Amino acid sequence: MIDQQVVEAVLSAGLADGADFAEVFAEDRRSTSALLDDGRVEELTSGRDRGAGIRVVVGETTGFAHTADLSEASLVSAAQTAAAAARSAGGEPRVVNLGRVDATNPSAVSVYPEDVDKATKVGLLARAEESARGAGSAITQVSARYADSRRRILVANSDGSLADDDQVRTMFSVSTVAAGDTGMQTGRESTGHTIGFELFDANDVAEIANRAAQRALTKLAARPAPSGEMTVVIGPGGGGVMFHEACGHGLEADLVAKGASVFAGRVGEQVASPLVTLVDDGTMGGEWGAGAIDDEGRPRQHNVLIRDGVLVDYMWDELRARKEGRKSSGNGRRQSYAHLPMVRMTNTYLLEGESDPDEIVADTTNGVYVAHLGGGQVNTATGDFVFGMTEAYLIEDGRITEPIREGNLIGNGPAVLANIDAVGNDFAMGSPGTCGKDGQGVPVGDGVPTLRAHGLTIGGTAA
Amino acid sequence: MADAAMTPADALGIVDRVLERALPGEQLEAVLGWAATTDVRAHEGELEHFVAATEVGLGVRVIDDHRTGISWAGVLDDDAIDTAVAEARDNARFSSSDPHAGLAEPDGVEPQRLDTVDGALADVPTEAKVDFAMQLDSRLRSADSRMVGHEGADYGDARVIGAVASTTGIRAVEQETIAQAAIWALASDGNDVTTGFGLDSGRGFADLDADNVVAEAVGRATALLGASKADTSRLTVVFDPYVTSQFLGVVAEMLSGEEAVRGRTPFADRVGDDIAAAMLSLYDDPHAGDAPTSGAVDGEGLATRRVPLIEGGVLTGLLHNAYTARSMSSTGTASATRGSHRSAPGVGPRVLTPEPGSLSPAALRASVGEGVLVQELAGLHSGVNPTSGDLSVGIEGVRLRGGEPAEPVREVTIASTIQRMLTDVVAVGSDLRRFPWESSGVSLAIADVTLSGN
Repeated sequence: MIDQQVVEAVLSAGLADGADFAEVFAEDRRSTSALLDDGRVEELTSGRDRGAGIRVVVGETTGFAHTADLSEASLVSAAQTAAAAARSAGGEPRVVNLGRVDATNPSAVSVYPEDVDKATKVGLLARAEESARGAGSAITQVSARYADSRRRILVANSDGSLADDDQVRTMFSVSTVAAGDTGMQTGRESTGHTIGFELFDANDVAEIANRAAQRALTKLAARPAPSGEMTVVIGPGGGGVMFHEACGHGLEADLVAKGASVFAGRVGEQVASPLVTLVDDGTMGGEWGAGAIDDEGRPRQHNVLIRDGVLVDYMWDELRARKEGRKSSGNGRRQSYAHLPMVRMTNTYLLEGESDPDEIVADTTNGVYVAHLGGGQVNTATGDFVFGMTEAYLIEDGRITEPIREGNLIGNGPAVLANIDAVGNDFAMGSPGTCGKDGQGVPVGDGVPTLRAHGLTIGGTAA
Repeated sequence: MADAAMTPADALGIVDRVLERALPGEQLEAVLGWAATTDVRAHEGELEHFVAATEVGLGVRVIDDHRTGISWAGVLDDDAIDTAVAEARDNARFSSSDPHAGLAEPDGVEPQRLDTVDGALADVPTEAKVDFAMQLDSRLRSADSRMVGHEGADYGDARVIGAVASTTGIRAVEQETIAQAAIWALASDGNDVTTGFGLDSGRGFADLDADNVVAEAVGRATALLGASKADTSRLTVVFDPYVTSQFLGVVAEMLSGEEAVRGRTPFADRVGDDIAAAMLSLYDDPHAGDAPTSGAVDGEGLATRRVPLIEGGVLTGLLHNAYTARSMSSTGTASATRGSHRSAPGVGPRVLTPEPGSLSPAALRASVGEGVLVQELAGLHSGVNPTSGDLSVGIEGVRLRGGEPAEPVREVTIASTIQRMLTDVVAVGSDLRRFPWESSGVSLAIADVTLSGN
C-alpha cells in the first residue's frame, strides 16, 4: 500500500520535533452490498475508501490528522499537522528502523468475494425471499441484505514495528414482518464471518430466512412481557451481548483509567460467580471480531478477563498500556483511517460449564427464557446495562411455554455477574455485531452457553 | 483538492464534471460531501487529543431502465470518478426493475436563503478552541465538590459542504457550519457514582457557553446521586426536552414514507386519523433559524419546506423523498436524507419540532403531581420496535411527588407502545430546545406507562 521508505519518512516527520510516539495507519477498503426489499433488488452498492491516519503523541496529548491522498508529500504534511496538533517541541529528532511484526491472520479465505459475480450474490437474496415468504401467509414483508468487504491495513510506529493485515468479511441478514390481529411483528436473523464467499457453503440463506420468518410469526401470538425482577435463562449463542454490556465495556482500560467503570481497582477480586470465565479473543479464526493484528499493529491475543469469577485483567490499547508501562493486549481498534484508535472488544465469550441446558430450564420454577437477543447499552460508571430480547418465552413450572413480546432487560453488571448460578455445556457463538463507542462502530463477535441469572428486571407492560 | 479549502463553487464544479459522463437515456446523479472538522478533548488539565481533518467523498447513482446502481469514491481524480461511474452503471444491471425508481425532478420550489454559516468560525484561533475544552474540564472540577471527573470535555466544529447535481436538472449546493461542546461528567457522594452530560451547540464558536454546559452536567449528574430501584407500577412520566427529542426521533421514523412503502409502520394508511392527543402537534421545520441542522435543500437537491405531520392529534402526512412520494402517489416533502455519500437517499426530518405548549417545566410538573421525571434513556435501539410500536427502555430520573422533584431512580425500565404513548400525552411544555441532531424537544408528560423495578 505504501513503500517502507515512505513510511519511515512519514514517521520521521512526525518525530521531527521530539514527539514521544508516531504512528501511520493506512487502509484500503472495498465493500459491496445488495439489498432486496418487497421482492425487488432495490440497489447494488459498491465503493472503495483509501487513506491514512497519522498519530503523534507528546506527553499526555495526541495529535491526529488523516488524508485520502497516499502520496509521500501528502502523508508527510499530515504527519506535520498531527505533530503540530500535539504541540511537540524541543526534543531530538529520531530515526526509525522498521521491523516486521510476525502475525498470522487466523481466518483462512477460500473464495474472495471480489471473484464472485454480482448475479450470484443477488441470487442469494431471491432465494432468501422465497424461503421467508414460504414460511406462512402472515409474512407481509421480507428484506434481505448481502454485504462483503475486504480491508487491507498497514500500521507502522516509532517503536519500529511494521505490520499488515488483510481482513475479509462476508455477511447476510434477513428481516421479516408478519401481520396478524394483534398488529405487526418483526423477525431478524443474520450470519457473518471473517471469511470469504465460502460462508454460504456452511450457511444456507433459505434456513436463515426461515428462522427470521418463524421469529416474526411466533411473536404474533406473543403476550405482553412481564414487568419486574425475574429469573432469566439465556439460550446459547447470542446471549454474549449480555456480557459485552454487563462487564465487557467496563473492562476497557481507557474507561477504567477515567474512573468511569465500576470495575476500576478490582483486579484480583471476585467480581462474578465462580462459574464465570470470560475471554476476549481476537484470534478466533473466522469470527466477526478476528484479525491478525489490531489497528495499532499489535498481534491479536486470547485474553482471559475473568477466571472463575476473579477479575484477571482489563483490555488495553497502546496509549493506555504505555502510560501503565505494560504491553497492549491487542485491543486497540478504530472504525477507519479517519478515526483515532481506542480500547475495543473483539470476540467476547463465556466459557461453557457443566450443566445440562434442559436441566437448567427444568430447575427454574418461573422466569423468562431469552432465545435471541438484540443489542444493548451500558453506563460503565454505574454498571447499569440493558439488552433487548427479540425472541423470548415464559418459563412456567420448569417448562418453556408462551412467547412474549419484545422488550429490554435491565440489570447492574456486578450484581448480575454475581447472581449467575448455572452455566450450560452447550457453548455457541452468536450473530455478527457492530459495537458502538464514542461514535465509532467496529465488528465484534460474542458467544455463550445456556446460563441462568437472577437480579435482572424485565421491562414489559404486564403486571 | 481534498485537503485544500473547498468552496461551494468548487463542489458544484466537481459534480458537474461527473455528470459529463452520463450516457444518453441514463439518469445519473452525483453527490459530493466535504467537511473540515476540528475535535478537541481535554482531561484533567491536559489536552488529551486534537484532531484536524478534512474529508471528502463522492457518491454516484445511476438509474437505467428503472434499475438502480450506486457507487462511491473517496478520491476525486478522473480515474476514481471514471471507476465510480462505471461501477454504479454495472451495479444497476443487477438490480430489479422498479417502475417508481427515478431521481428527484425539479419541482419549481425555490430554496430559501438561510443563514447557515457563521463566517467568524474560520477566524477562531486553535488556541481558543483548546482553551474552551480546558475551561470545561477545569470549571467542572470547581463547580461542585461532588463532581469527581469526566469521560471527556469536548469542543468540536465543522464546516460542511454538500453538492448534488443530476441529469434531471437538479443542481444544488449548501454550506453550513456547526460548533458544539459537551462534557460527560461523573459525580459521587462517596457511595455511588452517577453520570450526566452537558451540551451546547450552534452555528459558531460564539454560540457556545462553557458555564451552561458545566451547569447542565452538574445538574444532571448530582440529581441522580443516591438513586435506587423503584417499585413496579403504572404512572405518568415526564420527559425532559432531551428525552422527548429522542422519543420523537423514533416517532419520525414511524412517519417515514420509506417505512410506509415497505409496510413497516402501523401509521402507513392512517393519514387523516386521530393518532395522538389533541394537544400534540408535530412538524418538520427545516428553516428554523435557531436549529443547527436547518437547511435549504434536501439530500436530493430539492428545496426543503415546512411539513406538518401531526396537527391537533391528527396525522396530516408522512415524510417523503422522491422515490417514496412517487411510490405512494403522494406529494413530495423534500425530506431526502443522505447518511453519507456512500448510501442511497433515505427519508427523515431536518428539524423535527413539537409545537410548544403553554406550561413552564415547573407548571407542567405541578399539573402532573405524581410520576417520574425522565432525564436519560438506555437501550433505545434494542428496546423500540418501530414496526410493532413496542417500547421498553431503561431510564434514569427523579420521582415527582406533589409536583416537586423527590428521590432519584435508576435500574428501572418504562414500557408501553408508541401508539398508546402518543394518545396518552397529557401535557406539553413551553420549553422548546434545539439539539445538534434532527429532533428538537419540549417537556412532555405521558400517562399510564409501566415502570418495571422491584
